[in-house]
Amino acid sequence: MKFWKTLIAGMSALALTAPAAIAEWQPRKPIDFVIMAGPGGGADQIARFIQSVAEKKDLTSRPLIPNNKGGGSGAEALILLNTTNDPDHTILVTLNSFFSTPIRQPELGVDIQTFTPIAMMGVDPFALWVHKNSGIETFEQWVDTVKAADGEYITGGTGSGQEDSIVFAYVNNAFGIESKYIPFDGGGAVAAALAGEQINATVNNPAEARGFFQAGDVRPLLVFSDEQMPAYPGVPTLKEKGHDFSYYNQRAVVGAPGMSEEAAEYYRALFTEIYNSEEWQNYLETESLSPLWMDADEQRAYWNVQVDNHTKLLEGME
Amino acid sequence: MEILSLLGDGMLVALQPLNLMLILIGVSLGLFIGAMPGLGSVNGVAILLPITFLVPPGSAIIFLAAIYYGAMYGGAISSITLGIPGASTAVATTFDGRPLAMKGMARLALVAAAVGSFVGGTVSNVLFSFLAPLLATVALSFGPPEIFALMLLAFATFVGLGGDDIPKTVFSICFGLVLATVGFDQISGAPRLILFDMTGFLGGISFLVLAIGVYGIGEMLWTIESTRGEITKSEADISVKGIIEDTGTSVKKGWKGMSIGSFLGFFVGILPAAGATPASLMSYAVTKMVSKNPEQFGQGHVGGVAAPEAGNNSASTGSMLPMLTLGIPGSPTTAILLGGMVIWGLTPGPRLFVEQSDFVWGLIGSFYISNFFALLVNLTFIPLFIWMLRMPFTILAPLIFVLSIVGGYAAMQDMFDIWLLLAFGFGAFFLRKFDYPLAPAVLAIVLGPIAEPTLRQSLLLSSGDPSIFFTRPIAAPIMLVAIILLLLPALKFLRRGKSSRAA
Repeated sequence: MKFWKTLIAGMSALALTAPAAIAEWQPRKPIDFVIMAGPGGGADQIARFIQSVAEKKDLTSRPLIPNNKGGGSGAEALILLNTTNDPDHTILVTLNSFFSTPIRQPELGVDIQTFTPIAMMGVDPFALWVHKNSGIETFEQWVDTVKAADGEYITGGTGSGQEDSIVFAYVNNAFGIESKYIPFDGGGAVAAALAGEQINATVNNPAEARGFFQAGDVRPLLVFSDEQMPAYPGVPTLKEKGHDFSYYNQRAVVGAPGMSEEAAEYYRALFTEIYNSEEWQNYLETESLSPLWMDADEQRAYWNVQVDNHTKLLEGME
Repeated sequence: MEILSLLGDGMLVALQPLNLMLILIGVSLGLFIGAMPGLGSVNGVAILLPITFLVPPGSAIIFLAAIYYGAMYGGAISSITLGIPGASTAVATTFDGRPLAMKGMARLALVAAAVGSFVGGTVSNVLFSFLAPLLATVALSFGPPEIFALMLLAFATFVGLGGDDIPKTVFSICFGLVLATVGFDQISGAPRLILFDMTGFLGGISFLVLAIGVYGIGEMLWTIESTRGEITKSEADISVKGIIEDTGTSVKKGWKGMSIGSFLGFFVGILPAAGATPASLMSYAVTKMVSKNPEQFGQGHVGGVAAPEAGNNSASTGSMLPMLTLGIPGSPTTAILLGGMVIWGLTPGPRLFVEQSDFVWGLIGSFYISNFFALLVNLTFIPLFIWMLRMPFTILAPLIFVLSIVGGYAAMQDMFDIWLLLAFGFGAFFLRKFDYPLAPAVLAIVLGPIAEPTLRQSLLLSSGDPSIFFTRPIAAPIMLVAIILLLLPALKFLRRGKSSRAA
């Protein structure tokens, strides 16, 4: 009898404090933290950084487990989210292939508007890089070099239809130049291929090229942001060269389609906290990302704009 | 001798009481994590990452490196005792480790694995300490044509093995290559070979699922059938004296494999595209090729255990090099280490060795200490692992079955993998009955995803001209050796055919 009394007393005591605890959705198992790119690239670095911040500050009751699914320009990741049987524990770190891959591969049956917006962590600019041994100092020199090579100049990136190839396509078109494009598995591999002079030029995010830039192996010639970047003083923008084009990679977190509203709110609160952390704010600054915070509705609107943009850009490539 | 003093300082850092304790805990945890099928060092490091925020960054990465080391040693344990590869890096260890255990020489196999791992770890640490910046440059000079040439060489070593039936080996390689193309094409992004339109195939065929199916389930079926349940029990003697004797035996019989594994493994490990799994398979293949008795491999040759174990440990240290100097993780585990480094404010890149030399040398120092303790801890636990083997086969067989299923599920937590695993298990059993060698298929599914994109990248570079493989200073010699190795058995085969017809 005493046992039951204690139990009932205990349960009623719990019941008084419980409502607040029950309303709050919490992950019940490790969170599948899918990355739509291979290891070492910009998206991967960001995912691992976010994971570390969450661990360091002990923000989640269950760990975020990074899961690289870069296959098929991120198609592998999109399908994983689309077909997961546990949408409440599946989130995705995106880049712009979140927009471009479903456009290029309609047979995947992925509609990004069914995904759950969580957080926009920032946007990542791009720069045009060459190796220091090339002797090329300015963008004009580069254009002349590519022209002189007559189609034999070798560029590299993360794959046709990916962010960097879109930028290359625009530049090639705008300046009437042509070059070979070699696809690699992730931005990290692209940066290393340039540092090893396997290829002549890349369009990489600052974070991907940072180690080699600091060592003086590679050199930025042009940036594709709206304004010059503090990290590369004196390096001109494409806009200054007379072409109204800027391009950024989105660094956003989205949830699987069908995620419950409670779970979505949980992740939004989590990523707001990470976004506001000193660590993330420092990361934005050192890796030259621009902050671009949006709420869920603004994110959906942004997706629409980006899908339109990418549809036009991809049409322009063909 | 600046390096020696830096290394000495680094070792002193690693020997501080807190760090030493973390190393001991790390290698012990890692050993068991590695020994559990499906629970590789990736999960271990990811689960234990939070703990590292309780200690300073230097100690944290030392702890993670210790887990990584321990797991590399541990992977061999279930490969040998149960025939289920504990991790993909330990698949090659089952080739000879399991037969040795079946002959009642599990202790010798476990000791050979431990000693091989230790030698591989030590050689790679020395190479890492003295040649790191130089080797980082060498790794960068390996472009797509060089890496493809290296992959072709690896295939050639398998075909070039005199003992096996060449047409069947070639069939096995092709079968593995076809399986390797399932999933998304790495270059165009288009899905390929999605059999029966099942979405499970989109992610490609997981190597670990294949390996557990072939070696866990397939081997068990084979054992049940061939022994009818009457199988040799492991020896009772688990004395210290026996372990010391076995250490002598494994050095005597396995030194060649250990040296090949140590150097080849390290070299393969530092290439950004590769990693410890190809390294261990290639070490095995090369050791078998240069051996005077290649026919003994696969039957329980000590060198066949020592070589892949030396290779995977050496490659693990090697794969730290692209991570630290290029920021490209050579393996999923190093990717997690990389995440840790970034938040501790350490930017990987060529400057890391200069700007954060305390950190780098502390880490290198901890490799030496971890390696030493991993050997000690491993040798201490060998009696326990052998004790497991003394269970009657009627208990052990269902246990292997259950562990295989759990291990296959744990990696991706997808039931699809379980069905695939069973299919591979039964398939492997029948292929084995018809005398098809399975190791070449396993090798092909590991190396195929590296060979295919590098071949296509090379041909894109040259606008379709294959001479790119023969005009570059590093690629050309590798290609030539590979082609000679491929042609040798073909010539032998043709000559044999001629002479038998003549007779």
